[in-house]
Amino acid sequence: MKKLGKLYMLLVLLFLYVPIFVLIVFSFNETKSRSVFSGFTLDWYARLFHNRIIISSLINTIIIAVAASVVSTVLGTFAAIGINSMRKVPKAIVMNVTNMPIINPEIVTGVSLMLLFVFFAARMNLEFGFVTLIIAHITFDVPYVILNVMPKFNQMDPHLYEAAQDLGCSPLRAFRKVVLPEIMPGVISGFLMSFTYSLDDFVVSYFTSGSTSQTLPITIYSMTRRKVSPEINALSTLIFVAVVIVLIIKNAIENKAAKKSGTYKGD
Amino acid sequence: MKLKYFSAPYLVWMIIFILVPLIMIAYFAFTNDGGSFTIKYVSDVGQYANIFVRSIWLSLIATALCLIIAYPVAFILSRMEKHKQGTMLMIVMLPMWMNFLLRTYAWMTLLGNNGIINHILGLVGLGPYKLINTSAAVVLGMVYNYLPFMILPLYSVMEKIDKSLFEAASDLGCSSASTLFRVVIPLSVPGITSGITMVFVPAISTFIISRMLGGGSNLLIGDLIEMQFLGNAYNPHLGAAISLVLMVIILVIMTVMNQFDPDDQVLM
Repeated sequence: MKKLGKLYMLLVLLFLYVPIFVLIVFSFNETKSRSVFSGFTLDWYARLFHNRIIISSLINTIIIAVAASVVSTVLGTFAAIGINSMRKVPKAIVMNVTNMPIINPEIVTGVSLMLLFVFFAARMNLEFGFVTLIIAHITFDVPYVILNVMPKFNQMDPHLYEAAQDLGCSPLRAFRKVVLPEIMPGVISGFLMSFTYSLDDFVVSYFTSGSTSQTLPITIYSMTRRKVSPEINALSTLIFVAVVIVLIIKNAIENKAAKKSGTYKGD
Repeated sequence: MKLKYFSAPYLVWMIIFILVPLIMIAYFAFTNDGGSFTIKYVSDVGQYANIFVRSIWLSLIATALCLIIAYPVAFILSRMEKHKQGTMLMIVMLPMWMNFLLRTYAWMTLLGNNGIINHILGLVGLGPYKLINTSAAVVLGMVYNYLPFMILPLYSVMEKIDKSLFEAASDLGCSSASTLFRVVIPLSVPGITSGITMVFVPAISTFIISRMLGGGSNLLIGDLIEMQFLGNAYNPHLGAAISLVLMVIILVIMTVMNQFDPDDQVLM
């Protein structure tokens, strides 16, 4: 039974990884062939770095992801503080609307924002591009920040904030010294989540980008529309390596934190 | 200053960028270019019934396959030694961190008419088979892309199942099969329902997977919507009507799923 389980896991992992490894192997292929490996080359990587469109869309993606995730973290953290102190019914209404971009299919979020931006573009001086992309990204990012921060309030003793003020803290200072440290883990994970969602988003960006500022996923999409473009393989390899590095670091940090809390709190 | 006012900027944002756009979808679905009320577009959606049926059918198959494949994975993961679980889970989830366009592109490479699978089959004298641009390829793409969304919620409920329950079940005379059906499956229902929603919703609304792996002959609802907004068939009213119907279908399915869920905790 144990062996069967191991074999099964192995098969699933093969299913998950073989396509990616094929991309990686063929990123070093000399010819454009997708099926015959004819010789080793780093040509595609060199071409990748000289491809202006890819580099500029990578820069766009990073700018948009940073801007959107920073704004959503601030907006979402303040929102969570406010929502937390609302009465039951308004709280439920706001949380239901907040959940909508998460529950709705991405394509619906994308086209609904597109309709709104078309409406604004016709009446005001709004052009599709950076601004619409950042607004769209903030819109689907904020709910994740709120959903990450809200549970931290439930774990926190609500009297701490009042106690700090009774002991002479100004509301702002009480907030900074008492509330903020408690909710910080939620704020950070909300930020990281919205940053990754922004980096990775294709569907919403596709409908809200216009033709001028492309993000990396949109560029990748237009590359896949062409018959053969081995640069994609090189790009995939680099992204895969980056992901592996980030996840290893993340895992190491989490393990360290788990060990720490394990010895102190016995959690 | 009252704390609840902290949420004011977000509330404004929420109304303008979440609520108003959704209301605009409903408005566009029920009006024509002149702005007067019509049900023409909503009733026109009926013409695309075959595409709706195909989307629902293919995404149901993909969801079922994901459940069948993911269930043992989640179970095996949850029964591993604690320190191995984290690493193994990371290995299982890692492909999901790659952009899904690249993951789908990888299958284009594998399944293509001159792709590797046909090449290898050719070496032993088989094929070439038409693998890409089929509905099976679309289902495969869905399963490959969304499998981790099924594994994660299943794993997180199974991890909480107490080991001693298995011992108790076997002490009380349960065979391993009846332990599965009477202990493990009932306790993992919340994971099953949220896994199903997390796979079904993106699967039914995708337009990338069908376009990259299905060729032109396997249009899904997502392709239909995309064509009305960015394609040659530009017609935002019809596109909004289709989006509205899609949202209703998803709402109905999620309500049905909620009936099965004791804790009402569908999603995430």
